[in-house]
Amino acid sequence: MSEYLCDITLTVNGEPVSERVEARKTLADFLRDDLVLTGTHIGCEHGFCGACTVRVNGDIVRGCLMLAAQCDGAIVETIEGLSDSGELADLQAAFEQRNALQCGFCTPGVLATAQDLLKRASENSTVPSRAAIREHLSGNYCRCTGYHAIVDAIEAVAQARAGDKR
Amino acid sequence: MKPAPFAYKKVRSLDETIALLGEHKDARLLAGGQSLIATLNMRLSNPSLLIDINGIGGMAGIARKNGAVEIGALTRHVEAERSDLIAKDVPLIARAMPEIGHPAIRNRGTLGGSISFADPAAELPACLLALGGELDIAGPKGRRTVKAEDFFKGLFETALGPQDVLTAIRVPAANAQTRTGFAELARRHGDYAIVGLAASARADSKGLSDVRLAYFGVGATTVRARKAETALTGGAIDDERLDAAVAALDLDPSDDVQATSATRKHLAGVLLRRVAKQLMETRS
Repeated sequence: MSEYLCDITLTVNGEPVSERVEARKTLADFLRDDLVLTGTHIGCEHGFCGACTVRVNGDIVRGCLMLAAQCDGAIVETIEGLSDSGELADLQAAFEQRNALQCGFCTPGVLATAQDLLKRASENSTVPSRAAIREHLSGNYCRCTGYHAIVDAIEAVAQARAGDKR
Repeated sequence: MKPAPFAYKKVRSLDETIALLGEHKDARLLAGGQSLIATLNMRLSNPSLLIDINGIGGMAGIARKNGAVEIGALTRHVEAERSDLIAKDVPLIARAMPEIGHPAIRNRGTLGGSISFADPAAELPACLLALGGELDIAGPKGRRTVKAEDFFKGLFETALGPQDVLTAIRVPAANAQTRTGFAELARRHGDYAIVGLAASARADSKGLSDVRLAYFGVGATTVRARKAETALTGGAIDDERLDAAVAALDLDPSDDVQATSATRKHLAGVLLRRVAKQLMETRS
């Protein structure tokens, strides 16, 4: 019957995880509190700021708008996993080079969202325009940079990746 | 904030869902969760039980059925956004999709959830009304179909009863005469609209007929601007006709933190001019 506690088994950053969680616990809180993956940041807790963006089954989602209980059987990737795998290495380098972060609070979510755009663009053999980059990033607040440097960094990586393929 | 405690149950069938809704009067259905979980986090809603309907089979997908396109209630926004069938046969929804939330939201949110929630500033209820769509509902007494114009009753209030589940929506497929238009103004791309307009019409040599203008963000529900519809009907859309249609807008929006009533009325006119231009474009 219905439960206040749920047993979940999932894969997080390539590792199997089995935990008992409160039904009310969000995915973002589960990652931070239970698994100590604190790269997933919590800003607004109602889906506006994008700081908690993670990947579930290959798609980016708001970690604050999904329950941990819903992730039974899911494949979850956080900034720690995306970073360790090297998938984001060129993006991270471009962000550093162009000062596309200052306090860094929004950066994990921004990187996950940017990689989502670049991955799809690469699959379709397209290079996203600056407008498309801004549109894709519209759900990620950055209160430091004014966004220009972020768009610059993502655009540079998009062009570099497209160039590498040619 | 964090949600207050609730129980969670993942269901596998509509019958199970309807029975649980009968047993737990304050239970809520969890589909995409992109509005519900935000309200739980803010403790604006405090159900004893969440019924997760994502595991019910046969309630997602987009298909052509007779002259219509049927969209399962559990279809996620991203599927509609990338659907060739939607792009070809339901161009109004294709136009609206990129304006709904942000990519991470569209990956989870469902069309059925957005329509059932009936936020007065949301895009899809207006699209459904503009297209003259209908909704399939399953409840304790069986299944029924409700027209869009009879579905949206008031602020977050619909024709859904306490034990009802929206299972699918259906809209007429576009043909060579179909014209659609969509525009909205929001503080940030993807946010709920300050004012928005979804429109459909039929075009022939005499101009437009069957004009349907569904505004959102201007009242308790999505609302049709019938006098402006009449003003746009039956002749070429020149400046004079357009001015008359804008003057005929009889909307009564209220003030809120985003905009005053007067601002909203002005913006409604701006959007009507933009959308009228889209309605005059020939389909490619």
